[in-house]
Amino acid sequence: MRYIDEFRRPESVERLLALIRNRSRTPVRLMEFCGGHTHAVFRFGLRQLLPETVSLLAGPGCPVCVTSPTDLDRAIAMSRIKGVTLATFGDMLRVPGSDGTLQEAKAEGADVRIVYSTLDALGIARANADREVVFLGVGFETTAPSVAAAILTAQQEGLKNFSILSLHKLTPPAMRAILDAGEVRLSGILGPGHVTTIIGADAWRFLARDYGISCAVAGFEPIDILLAVRALVENIEKQSPEVVNAYMRSVRPGGNPQAQSYVDRVFHVAATEWRGLGSVPMSGLFLRDAFAGFDATLRFPVHIEPGKEPPGCLCGEVLRGRVEPTDCPLFCDLCSPEHPIGPCMVSSEGACAAHMLYGEA
Amino acid sequence: MCLAVPTRIVRIEGEEADAEIGGVLRRISLAFAREARVGDYVLIHAGFAISLLDEDSAQESLSLLEEVGVHTRSGEGAGP
Amino acid sequence: MPKDTILLAHGSGGRMTHELVRDIFLQHLGNPLLDTQDDAAVWTLPRACPERIALTTDSYVVSPIFFPGGDIGKLAVCGTVNDLAMVGATPLYLTAGFILEEGLPLEVLYRVVASMAEAGREAEVEIAAGDTKVVERGGVDRMFITTAGVGEVPEGVCISGANVKPGDVAILSGPVGQHGIAVMSQRDGLQFSFPLQSDCAPLQGLVAEMLKTGRPIHGLRDPTRGGLATTLNEIAGQSRVGIEIEEERVPVSEEVRAACELLGLDPLYVANEGKLVAFVPPEVEVAVLEAMRRHRYGKEATVIGRATSAHPGRVVIKTTFGAHRVLDMLSGAQLPRIC
Repeated sequence: MRYIDEFRRPESVERLLALIRNRSRTPVRLMEFCGGHTHAVFRFGLRQLLPETVSLLAGPGCPVCVTSPTDLDRAIAMSRIKGVTLATFGDMLRVPGSDGTLQEAKAEGADVRIVYSTLDALGIARANADREVVFLGVGFETTAPSVAAAILTAQQEGLKNFSILSLHKLTPPAMRAILDAGEVRLSGILGPGHVTTIIGADAWRFLARDYGISCAVAGFEPIDILLAVRALVENIEKQSPEVVNAYMRSVRPGGNPQAQSYVDRVFHVAATEWRGLGSVPMSGLFLRDAFAGFDATLRFPVHIEPGKEPPGCLCGEVLRGRVEPTDCPLFCDLCSPEHPIGPCMVSSEGACAAHMLYGEA
Repeated sequence: MCLAVPTRIVRIEGEEADAEIGGVLRRISLAFAREARVGDYVLIHAGFAISLLDEDSAQESLSLLEEVGVHTRSGEGAGP
Repeated sequence: MPKDTILLAHGSGGRMTHELVRDIFLQHLGNPLLDTQDDAAVWTLPRACPERIALTTDSYVVSPIFFPGGDIGKLAVCGTVNDLAMVGATPLYLTAGFILEEGLPLEVLYRVVASMAEAGREAEVEIAAGDTKVVERGGVDRMFITTAGVGEVPEGVCISGANVKPGDVAILSGPVGQHGIAVMSQRDGLQFSFPLQSDCAPLQGLVAEMLKTGRPIHGLRDPTRGGLATTLNEIAGQSRVGIEIEEERVPVSEEVRAACELLGLDPLYVANEGKLVAFVPPEVEVAVLEAMRRHRYGKEATVIGRATSAHPGRVVIKTTFGAHRVLDMLSGAQLPRIC
């Protein structure tokens, strides 16, 4: 498969590992911002192949994991409204809210349907004029443009039974929040390659400029990840913080302006609640007034008590990079993929799930 | 949401296209990659093409493996 | 081809039921046992009476009921036959119970039953007893089929998931992931077209060839729901052995690989319906492999790993890059990822 196989060649992976081993002297702590990287690192077993001087830490880049309990409760409550069909990506189905999951609501009779694209949700709305379709919009900058496109299409078609609950979040502000909290000492950051495909490598310049931290924007194949790690190790050894694009085939300095323009048209930015980070300024996407007709929170105002974190759950600290999944007292014991307590164990990109499912042997 | 897959455009119909990988076809939207042509490779995410893959850049990345000395591809982040 | 649909009356046991049995079930599946239409099938055991009988049961609720390479009927026959084959039994007879949704077109039932007859012929097995019930619209999703299968286990054959020993070689009969992807490609919303068919097939012939070598086979299992990874975990648990496999050695076709990339699935967890994994002592590896490769359903048989005394109950996979990681059982349903 083109653009996949070449970036997985074992000889090339070994070569890169050797180059990294040769160069790396100073112990470094790199945050894999994106859950997709956590997943890839575990799946390919890269952690054990990297030298001991390089340690990788998972960050808050898992949109499922950072959905606040209150927001999830809101989605579940909406799904229970008679006549509502809640369309969601599969990833959200098993995340525990304060009182159950979407999957449980479905088992109890709520009309919850899994979709693979916002276009599918539009399709459901078109095919079922008697149902109110609410799309659960979870995801970062990679996904937001497709949701914006769906809304514009719905507007053009005059669809009356389609709305979205926007829980979309922006990643650079979250990165700032983590660094400002000062809880973790990071030497460098593995930047999210697909988010950055949309927002552009320039969006991360502030890391080197304001925090003196290097960032290498990485793709998701083993060679992509290792190229980025190698660039970070190099910059750290040289003590020269830089923001580097290690995913050149997809990422441009300015990102994807077409996608950005869709988002700007449909959404405005405001503070929003992140599980583990609290309220982060200028980090959430909300529908502009012109699209209020598609806003599920206006169409279905539900009263929600502030959601609660499950007692003992350390997801928040895992997301901030403050602890490793193995430090959580619930890990593996009470909290497992079959009986997850927190979102980090549910999501395929969650650090805890990755540790457990792809655990090192 | 990070999962995006490289596919080849085999047919374009207006704003939609059929994208192929390993013999499997997926129907996608080209709303964010209108410059794509048949034969181009695009990254698709949740049914949308999010970037046109650049062959030269891919080769450049792979060629970094051959270099004995390391030099970073800066200039796209920290400065001009 | 019958027109019309299934009505509740078809399940009432009266004239309409009898007509349905005659016109569809007996028409395709008819054989001396089934044709008696008694409440139970009775047959005489052969003179050389087998010491051990194998008995299995299964239910089939696949949706959609027609998919590339098969349908719920073919699946029901092959799946049940394969359960028997996995303990080394020669399948003798199956039973099939049908729960039909009111409104199901008769033509659909006709096609499914015809397909079962064809699968039965290939598997050299007959359906000796059957049952039909009809439930109201919405009571089932079109059609469910429940089966039982009985077979005889030849003397000296002792195949079990609990029988695998450290050092045993693991042989996989062919590429994995085809059935699950073929079924998914028919589901709404995914909008992808997959050029391959389900691998649904009866494996009693393949197992017979393996047994004919006269060599011992310790364990056999067909990796259905949950995929190869789940099956290996089951065996590791049952036999209290560790299992180590090499990712590079597990055959996956390019098309399945591509579909899995698109959907965010791992081929090791995708269902198969025409594959088996065999655990055999290392000294018989060559003979068994040769026998498998001579059979149409074992042409691509290959060694993928072995059982070990280390880490009993655990399955470890060596990745393409030489790292080792735990390959766990499937937890929950494997939902296609966006993330």
